[in-house]
Amino acid sequence: MQKYVVATADEIPPGQRKIIKIAGKSIGIFNINGEFFAIRNRCPHGGAPLCEGVLSGFVQSPVPGEYTYTRKGEIIRCPWHQWEFDVKTGQSWVDPVKTRVRSYEAKIEQGCSLVNPAEIELEKGPFAAETFSVSLDKDYVVLEI
Amino acid sequence: MMMINSVAKEAKRKTGNRFIDCDIHNEVPSNEVLKQYLPLRWRKYMDMVGLRSYHGFVQSVPYPKGNPGGTRADAWPPNGQIPGSDLKFMQEQLLDPLNLEYGILNCLYRVGEQLNDEYGAALARAVNDWQIAEWLDKEPRLRASIVIPYENADMAVEEINRVASHSGFVQVLIMPRTREPMGRRKYWKIYEAAENHGLPIAVHFGGLGGNAITSSGFPSYYIEDHTSMAQAFQCQVISMVCEGIFERFPNLQVVMLEGGFAWMPSLMWRLDKHWKRLNEEVPFLKRKPSEYIRRHMHFTTQPIEEPPVPEYLLQVIEHLGSDDMLMFATDYPHWDYDSPDLTFDAKFPEKLKQKFFYKNAQSLYRFPDKE
Repeated sequence: MQKYVVATADEIPPGQRKIIKIAGKSIGIFNINGEFFAIRNRCPHGGAPLCEGVLSGFVQSPVPGEYTYTRKGEIIRCPWHQWEFDVKTGQSWVDPVKTRVRSYEAKIEQGCSLVNPAEIELEKGPFAAETFSVSLDKDYVVLEI
Repeated sequence: MMMINSVAKEAKRKTGNRFIDCDIHNEVPSNEVLKQYLPLRWRKYMDMVGLRSYHGFVQSVPYPKGNPGGTRADAWPPNGQIPGSDLKFMQEQLLDPLNLEYGILNCLYRVGEQLNDEYGAALARAVNDWQIAEWLDKEPRLRASIVIPYENADMAVEEINRVASHSGFVQVLIMPRTREPMGRRKYWKIYEAAENHGLPIAVHFGGLGGNAITSSGFPSYYIEDHTSMAQAFQCQVISMVCEGIFERFPNLQVVMLEGGFAWMPSLMWRLDKHWKRLNEEVPFLKRKPSEYIRRHMHFTTQPIEEPPVPEYLLQVIEHLGSDDMLMFATDYPHWDYDSPDLTFDAKFPEKLKQKFFYKNAQSLYRFPDKE
């Protein structure tokens, strides 16, 4: 495990991100309400620069006509095909083309869940983007790869 | 639209399949730019009346408003104008890093669905002249489709004849949502002109001819609209074959762009079965419908169907009965872009990849092989 200092803390205010290239990888660092998260800047579906996408929330509908909007600012939407990923975990919420066996087993039609199960009771999708741990070390954002 | 400087531009391809991109979109950046190619009469008309089409969306289209132009979020040029409108940025983002050999522009400006035929024809002339000046004459890797006011065949033919001699134009563009099925006689002059010039007819996703997107009317959601576009393509395949277009114009080639292809085998089987029973109704069809399709029709891959097992696509190609029909396309800068590096990592045989990344299109368009 290698540590890299990638930014000063105030360089990435809450709701903002910084995309860096380090150890041959392009990685997006996100500040969500003061916590830092990192995901690889490459969508596992079609190869797009995922971290350039729109940060959004998650719309769910328990029944037609009722909607909830949760996890505001924690879901990144791919700039190409609009697949959604949880910035905090890298988890995607759609059925990926390349995990053929798992896509059968995952029963995506039941939907998908988020990190807080009390909030939304759905199963996780079968696919996760590569994630990296980030810690705030004094006033710097340090990335561990 | 949020812009973030990318440090993750697609790496320059040093290996991998050479490719021809059969579907790139160049966008007219603004009315002001197009006015430079319009005579005074139509510049004034543009300001006074503007677009009037067969459907309710006069100044807009029934596509999601949150994604203007239906584009990749990272394809906005630095000047802030609509993706696909800036050649330099297209070169930087698509043509150079991907080492593309040829790319075909399909400009989707709404010339074909204007109620005012003369205005549609004027727009077609302006768009084609703009394509020559701003794209074809500036970038030797690019080719383009001739846009035409296809609901008025006489005017469409005039425009084909006007610009077909420019070597940058390689086909004639129509949208599948026409007023009537494309095999109908009102369109035949267009096919005659295209055949005379040795130009394929390209049919690209879209068009707003006034008919509902489905055979049962208008659906509620965009996802239904987007999926149902395949119906429009299926109608056109059936119509062009059954109306005898390929008997009447035996050298005509047709390219179906962005309509999918996994539905083709079942359609061919169904048509062939019905032809055996009903051929007395259409005695001018000398061959099975599937034979006309294999001889005369081509399908671009994007947006490629994504079956749960990627290799199912190989079965579809086997069922097509030909590996000459598929041609690669990215659809840049649109949001359902397919990457030449990442779209085909199903275990496709190398020979098949070479065909649909390069050879099928090179053969159809008679491009010089650069190797």
